[in-house]
Amino acid sequence: MDRHLLPRSEVVGQGGGWATNLRVVQALGIRSIRQTFRRPQLMAPIVVFPTLLLAIQTGGAGSAVELPGFPPVQSFLQFMLAGAMMQSLMLAGNSGGIAMAVDLEMGFTDRLFAAPISRYTIVLGRLAGTAALGLLSALWFFAIGLIFGAEIEGGVPGALLSIALVTATAMAVGGIGAAIALRTGSTSVVQGLFPLVLVILFLSSAFFPVELMIEPAKTIAEYNPFSFIVEGVRAPIVSGVDATETLDAVLAIAGIVLLGLVLSARALRHRLRVG
Amino acid sequence: MEAAAIPAWRANLATIAALMSRARNELLRVPGAAIPGVLAPTIFFLGLNGVFGALIQLRGFDVSTYESFIVPISMLQGAGFTGAAAGVNLARDIEQGWLDRLLVSPAPRWVLLAGTVCGASVRALIPATFVLAIALPLGAGWPGIEGLIVTYFMVVLMAAVAACWGSMLALRFKSQSAAPLMQAGVMAAILTTTAYAPMALLQGWLQDVARINPITDVVEAARQGFVGGVSWADTWPGMVAIAGLLALFGALALREMRRTGA
Repeated sequence: MDRHLLPRSEVVGQGGGWATNLRVVQALGIRSIRQTFRRPQLMAPIVVFPTLLLAIQTGGAGSAVELPGFPPVQSFLQFMLAGAMMQSLMLAGNSGGIAMAVDLEMGFTDRLFAAPISRYTIVLGRLAGTAALGLLSALWFFAIGLIFGAEIEGGVPGALLSIALVTATAMAVGGIGAAIALRTGSTSVVQGLFPLVLVILFLSSAFFPVELMIEPAKTIAEYNPFSFIVEGVRAPIVSGVDATETLDAVLAIAGIVLLGLVLSARALRHRLRVG
Repeated sequence: MEAAAIPAWRANLATIAALMSRARNELLRVPGAAIPGVLAPTIFFLGLNGVFGALIQLRGFDVSTYESFIVPISMLQGAGFTGAAAGVNLARDIEQGWLDRLLVSPAPRWVLLAGTVCGASVRALIPATFVLAIALPLGAGWPGIEGLIVTYFMVVLMAAVAACWGSMLALRFKSQSAAPLMQAGVMAAILTTTAYAPMALLQGWLQDVARINPITDVVEAARQGFVGGVSWADTWPGMVAIAGLLALFGALALREMRRTGA
């Protein structure tokens, strides 16, 4: 029987199933990373803006460590590293969504839909690329921190834990960006989410301790799941690995992953139904 | 019978007005295009205030509210983003061939640049007014009429400087891909001043940069009405700085404009 007439699931099965899917995810992930490095408008928000803000906020608000109630830290830079990583990974997720919307607008995703591959690998490929960018961002900010004198209290295991949390969060946030791209298929709509990323960050403990924030930002930040993630990433840097903070961060990431999966699955079904 | 020739200055003014109308029409046709310029500084204002508001408890931070301290920064930021957006729009015009059509018209190059820059200056009034309207009920001090005039003067000229910077990059790179450079440049220029805290409280390198950054004088001039009284001593350095920046970036943008299509 002609291979092209087989149901897609059987073709994938003949091609090795999991092995084929993994190859697709890998290929699309690498494409996603290359795409980001080729386009400065995608790379700038991930590296340039967070680095710039880190430098400026550290210099501009560095005296904040003298405020009564500020948690004991070696320096404001040490405190801010986790916030800069969060900003970078969230913008990486947004950039991933924009790139996916561009693929949809240009018809590239339609060609992938027509290929004998699992449709979920298309989303997973994009997320793998976003996760890799999250990893690069974590490494970048750790390097910056170390160069400029920040100490990592948790040592190598602590740094590895922070890097793992940042990478997982990038993938989780990327899932939501991909879901919105799939649902709307519009670059401008996903681009329009950029301010929302800033809102989420400002209303979390990314840039300042919650206890010193001003209402209503303080109350919102206390319940913002991204605050739990930031604290999970920050603890190994400023004080050492803390099981409770890590567990809270993992649970928050799991919640965002779940939300991203549900939204992506629904958006994918919607896109396949409407064409 | 020959038609009376229109004086050159009137033709130039009409061209600038037409290009400004085009910028306004764009705003009416694509209202979403104004959102980033308006939304970003508003979010920064609300976010910075919520996050760094406690900084006024530091010794040496002599202002009544952080809103008063930060609102001129957000207004200037809005102007900067609007000016940079004019550069992005010019890059789009270059990509789509619209600028080529303008270049074959008899309008001098400086007139084409002035149309873009003046359009940005007028558009900058929208985010500035929006941020101010939000800041005042939230606790920013009323700057007084004199303070308001000085602030808006700085806002309009800041947008012109940013538009010259954006246009220079657009004309050099001829691609919208240069947009992040336009925005990042403006953001860095405004934030490496006394944006977050007074000079004495800035740390290390930022204090050194803020001392030599001419936009620090612009920020201080725009801020004076919100945090105290307006004085000539705090106004003229800002006026000199913004005029110098406008002359410098205007000349650079004009040089790129003259090279384009030459």
